[in-house]
Amino acid sequence: MDSARADLTGTIQCTPVAQSPRTPFEMPDALASHILESAREAGCEHAELRVERIRSQAVALRDGDLETVADDTETGVGLRVISDGAIGFAASVALDERTGRRLVEEAVEIARLAARASGQRVELAFEPGHGEVEWSSSHRIDPTGVPLARKVALLARWSRRVLDAPGVDHVTSSVLAVTEDKFLADLAGTIARQRRVRIHPQLEAVALGAGGDFETMRTLAPPAGRGWEYLEGEGWDFEAELERLGPLLVEKLGAPSVRPGRYDLVIAPTNLWLTIHESIGHATELDRALGYEAAYAGTSFATFDKLGSLSYGSPLLQVTGDRTVEHGLASVAIDDEGVEAQRFELVRDGILVGYQLDRAIAARSGLGRSNGCAFADSPMHIPIQRMANVSLTPTPGGPSTDELVAGVSHGILVEGDKSWSIDMQRYNFQFTGQRFFAIENGQLAGQLRDVAYQATTTEFWGSLAATGGEDTYLLGGAFNCGKGQPGQVAPVSHGCPSVLVTDVRILNAKEESGT
Amino acid sequence: MTLPAPQEVIDAAIAAAAHEPCIVIVEESHESEIRFANNTTTTNGRRRDRRVSVIRFCEVEGGTAAGVATRSGEVDVAEMVAAAAGDAASSPPSPDAAPLVEGGEDPGFAAAPTEEDLGAMAPVLDGLARAFDAARSADRVLAGFLEHQAETVYLGSSTGLRRHHAQATGALHMVGRSIDGARSAWVARSTEDLSSLDVAAMDAELATRLGWAHRSVALPEGRYEVVLPPAAVADLMVDVVYSASGQDAEEGRTVYSSPGGGTRIGERFFDLPFALYGDPAEPGLECAPFLVVGASSSEASVFDNGMDLERTEWFAEGTLTNLRYHRAGAARSGRRFVAPVDNLVLELPGATGTTEDLVARTERGLLLTCLWYIREVDPANLLLTGLTRDGVYLIERGEIVGAVNNFRFNESPIDLLRRTVEVGASVTTLGREFEEWVKRVRTPPLRVTDFNMSSTSAAS
Repeated sequence: MDSARADLTGTIQCTPVAQSPRTPFEMPDALASHILESAREAGCEHAELRVERIRSQAVALRDGDLETVADDTETGVGLRVISDGAIGFAASVALDERTGRRLVEEAVEIARLAARASGQRVELAFEPGHGEVEWSSSHRIDPTGVPLARKVALLARWSRRVLDAPGVDHVTSSVLAVTEDKFLADLAGTIARQRRVRIHPQLEAVALGAGGDFETMRTLAPPAGRGWEYLEGEGWDFEAELERLGPLLVEKLGAPSVRPGRYDLVIAPTNLWLTIHESIGHATELDRALGYEAAYAGTSFATFDKLGSLSYGSPLLQVTGDRTVEHGLASVAIDDEGVEAQRFELVRDGILVGYQLDRAIAARSGLGRSNGCAFADSPMHIPIQRMANVSLTPTPGGPSTDELVAGVSHGILVEGDKSWSIDMQRYNFQFTGQRFFAIENGQLAGQLRDVAYQATTTEFWGSLAATGGEDTYLLGGAFNCGKGQPGQVAPVSHGCPSVLVTDVRILNAKEESGT
Repeated sequence: MTLPAPQEVIDAAIAAAAHEPCIVIVEESHESEIRFANNTTTTNGRRRDRRVSVIRFCEVEGGTAAGVATRSGEVDVAEMVAAAAGDAASSPPSPDAAPLVEGGEDPGFAAAPTEEDLGAMAPVLDGLARAFDAARSADRVLAGFLEHQAETVYLGSSTGLRRHHAQATGALHMVGRSIDGARSAWVARSTEDLSSLDVAAMDAELATRLGWAHRSVALPEGRYEVVLPPAAVADLMVDVVYSASGQDAEEGRTVYSSPGGGTRIGERFFDLPFALYGDPAEPGLECAPFLVVGASSSEASVFDNGMDLERTEWFAEGTLTNLRYHRAGAARSGRRFVAPVDNLVLELPGATGTTEDLVARTERGLLLTCLWYIREVDPANLLLTGLTRDGVYLIERGEIVGAVNNFRFNESPIDLLRRTVEVGASVTTLGREFEEWVKRVRTPPLRVTDFNMSSTSAAS
């Protein structure tokens, strides 16, 4: 429970990940204070207010011609309270004193309605007030401020470059940019103003073969918590990637279909981030493990009684949750429940040692303080437990990707993510990728087609035979991690090195379909 | 703050555009939801949202370009018009350019946005409270979601077109699990009117299925005869329609591409004369009768906003009959304009019978009550992978004899319809995975042979 008096005049107590000028989004301190006081006077045991402005821009080209343009600015205010031991949330796109009064009334009204069927009072783990906090993710150029014509020109140039490669028939290219300004105030006295910037450029090429056959290949550049400078080469070498894309695609179209069986896999971070996301990231969300997502996203095989004892994988497996890493898509200074961002262990030496928590789950589980994993994707949505940047630690001085390949006699090198699916307890998964290279006697032996790898989480991570060094480490991720009802999407990053996983089941997708 | 009336926003934006070509869309929604798990309510909320989109069209060298600005709440229409016009003026010609739709004013355009009534949830909450009590005494836990939305859309253009549509949407989803998590079952009902929900009946259905699972049977991967209830069929049909882009097919990159170039329109895909269609006037599944597009794509265009929607058959008598094209694309390809419709119906004309009827006629097979995490593996044959969830049951000699472990499947819904050997009557249902996007759906139960269970899943 959080019963401290509203005090909206604190001091800076949080350490920003990266310094930036005050955001241009001026938040109404006096109005926030008024709404929070109204909630307290209405008997609410807890109240927190978020005012947000989220600007999203999408541009997409097909074969170099502009196809899609979207420029969306969402603004709104959301109030979460605990009243009568139940959670109530109300949100509106209007923002003034009258709306504030109505938000309090509506949040309390639905909390009291929910209390009619409440079997358990909601309490929140204690979190001290952090005073005034200002924070911005690390970026140089706000991508939503870049003129449309400049974006179109860059994507058109990229498209022409790949289209000009022999054998490439079609190209789609896109960039999605988001600038998220968020103001949060709560009854504990935290006032946080935060800006997060993220960008995701993609280009996919299509090559047509004889008899209706075709293949696609997408760029491997991950989405990043960076600004427009990312597309200009800061953090990724797009020119080099585009140069290789056409020839690699043509090689893939002519590659042999994989023979199903069991293989040793060298998995690059451009593919492995998604396997980590699905099989470790979601499985270590304690709300899932305790059954609070049973109706939708699912539960977890990593049940609470196994904390400290579950053998998640080989002793090489070291996994952390981190909401502070620079350029991380889930990085913040203060989460959406007023909790300071943290870095914490999830798997140590292959053993499950931690979970991702929000305040209600931290209180209910008796684990103490929340580790700051609450997030709402919109001012119109209630914060729920969402994923931190969950990352696999590289081996200091560990092998390069080439050295991992050199140690494999019969295997496959996997690059880039594509199709993914995992069961509701995060056991059985199946992934494909952008490209698969056969490994024979420690050497790459050309690409393979129709490859999918399928495994059970603990079996897969138990077969982790080597983790690459820091030089192989990459922060991958996605903008669109889905969870909750109503559905919310969250951006999240996952860092990892290249790895070697032995004896993994490989399927031939064409054979699976019976064609 | 009282927001200006949607009609005033439209008039103001068109005036700010000095009656140059533009379209204004105002989407108003009021929503409430109650979430529950472990026999208690969890996250509960209400929201009042308004999104306004202004689309400006400008003549540029070589043609017409479009710019779009979308904002929420009380918007500055002058800023939006300027932003959209700026983007249009700096863009190359739009490949989807077409004349703006002409027309008059819909009846009801002057009406205020529909309000959502929180009071309608109270009886359902009382029903849930009783269900939670019953579950506690039976060592069961319930989880789920109750939702209700009132959505109103207004669309106006510089041509004088004024369109309006209001719609209520609601649903209750429930999952029942044994206290040890070993047994689970799912049911869901969609409704515009929450008073039609019978929580006790849904809870009884869960209890029945959990009772079936008192006997568990372990089966290996392999190919099985399966009975797919309407909800599972609904989830499998979503990708069949989602993949129906005309331009993508023409470019050779979908299951609807002809190996020799062009599309497979006119080709018979299934021996059974299935019809797969969307229809805004479908009784019980009525939806917006005109097109609303906030951003252009290869198959839907902002230029086409306000176009009438009509019954659109993707498949008729087992034959592919339509793919989606915006007007400009249709003109280039010599096809008809076909737009997405917000409902989906699969039926076999004349088919009768229920899921229970199919089960009763099954010698040995699996009943797959719902499917989960369905993703495309290969667009060339529309191979999908996914999993069974919350209820796989073994049928022997027409009876459910126990619960079976979960499976991962690899199947193409196109191949699946080809292998269908028995079809029941189509009924209104709600898919498990894609209900958030496809809330109005009517599908039949199917009996399918040789369903490919690629591996077992230990999840329960």
